[in-house]
Amino acid sequence: MAAFGATGTTKRKVGWGLINAVVVVYALVPMLWIVSLSFKTPGTINDGNFIPAEWTLENYQSIFSTDQFTRALFNSIGIALIATLIAVVFGTMAAYAIARLQFPGKRLLVGVSLLIAMFPQISLVSPLFEIERALGLFDTWLGLVLPYITFSLPLAIYTLSAFFREIPWELEKAAKMDGATPAQAFRRVIAPLAAPGVFTTAILVFIFCWNDFLFALTLTSTEASRTVPVALSFFTGDSQFEDPTGSISAAAVVITIPIILFVLFFQRRIVAGLTSGAVKG
Amino acid sequence: MSEETTTTSTAAEATTPKRRGRAPLSEGRRAERRLGWLLCAPAALIMVLVTAWPIIYSVWLSLQRFDLKFPDERQFIWFENYVTVLTNGYWWSAFGVTALITLVSVAIELVLGMALALVMHRTIVGRGLVRTSALVPYGVVTVVAAFSWRYAWTPETGYLANLFGEGAPLTEQASALGIIILAEVWKTTPFMALLLMAGLALVPNDLIKAAAIDGAGGWQRFTKVIIPVMKPAILVALLFRTLDAFRVFDNIYVLTSGAQDTSSVSMLAQTNLIKGLNLGIGSTMSVLIFIAVAIIAFIFIKLFGTSAPGSDNEGRR
Repeated sequence: MAAFGATGTTKRKVGWGLINAVVVVYALVPMLWIVSLSFKTPGTINDGNFIPAEWTLENYQSIFSTDQFTRALFNSIGIALIATLIAVVFGTMAAYAIARLQFPGKRLLVGVSLLIAMFPQISLVSPLFEIERALGLFDTWLGLVLPYITFSLPLAIYTLSAFFREIPWELEKAAKMDGATPAQAFRRVIAPLAAPGVFTTAILVFIFCWNDFLFALTLTSTEASRTVPVALSFFTGDSQFEDPTGSISAAAVVITIPIILFVLFFQRRIVAGLTSGAVKG
Repeated sequence: MSEETTTTSTAAEATTPKRRGRAPLSEGRRAERRLGWLLCAPAALIMVLVTAWPIIYSVWLSLQRFDLKFPDERQFIWFENYVTVLTNGYWWSAFGVTALITLVSVAIELVLGMALALVMHRTIVGRGLVRTSALVPYGVVTVVAAFSWRYAWTPETGYLANLFGEGAPLTEQASALGIIILAEVWKTTPFMALLLMAGLALVPNDLIKAAAIDGAGGWQRFTKVIIPVMKPAILVALLFRTLDAFRVFDNIYVLTSGAQDTSSVSMLAQTNLIKGLNLGIGSTMSVLIFIAVAIIAFIFIKLFGTSAPGSDNEGRR
């Protein structure tokens, strides 16, 4: 912003550096703490030090030594991927229609999805519990996939329609003038322009599904469909004398890694996706 | 937004909607409508099936005595459940806790988020690093962050436990609530900051320059120029965060499990359903939370006026 930072004097740079350091520390400390705990030996886990005195990989070995965590990890990945795929496909279709076509009921759809974005999820928990029990969906993958799709659709529709509005659709016409069929024009010209938006949306939806706790806690009861956040809260340690702190920390680190990687690689796109969907509406 | 009718498969003739006066519904317009409905149908259907149907069912369940432990006693009792819940101390305690957490955390987040947004917007050095780190709390699973905070405040294990002298902060109501708010603020301030940053980007530079030339200082430019232009973005961020904070669940579940009167309404409803298996009471609470959220949303939308998302025409820029 030229009005403010006209000149980058050294003093100014140092000041910004300090402020930035505060932000970085603020954001990372809780994560570093859980990483530190995950590498501590059972003997040193209660020493309260931020940096482990003795390092060990034992905690990681122990969580992968039983089926409990790997099974939950498998459930989480499977459920989140399926929900993301379906939500993005349906969201893309709806967002394209909203951004490009004139049809009655469009406003209503936008309004309804905004309502759902603000919906108190707990209000669905009791009826869904009962409905899913009756339909045999309780404690199955589908039983979680359905609510995840529902609550990520508004996010997908908003983000994608904001992206679609930015696409210069005249290019499509130009391609057709040059002799491309509509399908070709779409595949060669529009699809490549839309792909980054669709991809960004997929990441946001995946983060949402990966993060959910309330539905996963309420609509599952066994390892058949329990996801990692819930499995984590049920960890008890190998015996009643053992404190599960180390294994919980190790498991917490494992399920955080994919999200941190997404954030590192796609930082710019995630910011664009979150802000365009929410503010440009 | 361009307005020509170009459909993917049927495609072809460009009938601009501007000429709609001539024929009420041309072939192209009808095809466009049909395609629009067709494309939106799956999304609309699934959203309605998973929200509208259960909420109606929830109202129906809330009017019954229905405890899965005693399924034979199922019976229609009109509003008795509502009387039970609304005259219960636990409900009002949870409601108070939820309202307190919502108000305090959203207020702190607004101030911190605005500061963070300004930093991210104007920083000279390491902009990528700052934005990436700020996104970390958004991405991290809430339960994981909650465990980190829990261990940090656990006596002997944690680095923060002895910050305010001896004692176990998570076992006393006031300090436990403080920690829950801290965990909420840490997790969601970046989200608030991102929304506000998008609002900041919409403030025209010329306007700020003009104010500076007229002699407005930094604070004056902020309150008199930047804030008013950003008002819609601020309201959107506040609405999203308020409704989100009202649903607080994960943090409380991990940090205190609702002990020492730190249950939120979501926590209480979930406990009644899963531990108590009481569908009647659980549904009654669900409906009451739904009504509370609807009221909050209604107030905000009134405040928004025309700047509510979805009420504008496309391509506002």
